[in-house]
Amino acid sequence: MNTDGKTYKKFAQARARKSPVLKNCAAAFASGGAICAAGHGLRTLFSSVGFSDADAGMLTSSTLILIAVLLTGIGVFDTVAKHTGAGTLVPITGFANAVASSAIDSRTEGLVPGVGAKIFTVAGPVLVWGISAGAVYGVIYYFVTALR
Amino acid sequence: MEYLRAFIVGGALCVLAQILIDKTRMSPGRILVLYVTAGVVLGAVGLYGPLVDFAGGGATVPLTGFGYLISKGVKDAIDAEGAVGILKGGVTAAAGGITAALFFGAAASLFFKSRPKR
Repeated sequence: MNTDGKTYKKFAQARARKSPVLKNCAAAFASGGAICAAGHGLRTLFSSVGFSDADAGMLTSSTLILIAVLLTGIGVFDTVAKHTGAGTLVPITGFANAVASSAIDSRTEGLVPGVGAKIFTVAGPVLVWGISAGAVYGVIYYFVTALR
Repeated sequence: MEYLRAFIVGGALCVLAQILIDKTRMSPGRILVLYVTAGVVLGAVGLYGPLVDFAGGGATVPLTGFGYLISKGVKDAIDAEGAVGILKGGVTAAAGGITAALFFGAAASLFFKSRPKR
């Protein structure tokens, strides 16, 4: 068969697996939306029993983190996350999963060099840049308000 | 209705990340750092607060909400205590979530066995 580059490209593209971006986005929307709605329900619940807004938010995050850590431990989280993608990554559940799976996977390397250090594989960058960005904002905010 | 708003806003934040993953091959770790930092910046310029009022859990549950919490903590601490708030505010506001993740994660490493990745 006589094929030049262009013909081959067309041929290959027609037979390549369609990129499942749309399907991935639908799954991420449905699962991420559901987790956020559930989180909203938890917040409402904690507020209704008398916790302040700040504490209700903190308890909601902690509850979602606990659930995600347990699901990671029994191996369910990874199975679900394969289908939900960013839907389980972006909510606080993704952060909890990253922390728990690094801790569990590094247990054989010991409690200090293993769990203690590797637990920060994903949590470390998030905390370093999140907290640092907050400090930069704090410096700017402090001087802007001080000069007014 | 408020649950629908939480669902749609939270879902939309996830779709944005899914597009970044599929189109730019960005790693999940980078997505999380991007989201927490974006939350700090959006909180700092005053855009994220109104989104929280509108969407509740849809804005606070995604990791951008964690960033917003840090920026709000810094601002509130500076308003209350002055410059020391720069160093105290962010982590104080995020303390519960950080402790929960590290404590539950460390405990999980004692109770659960690592399983092979498929």
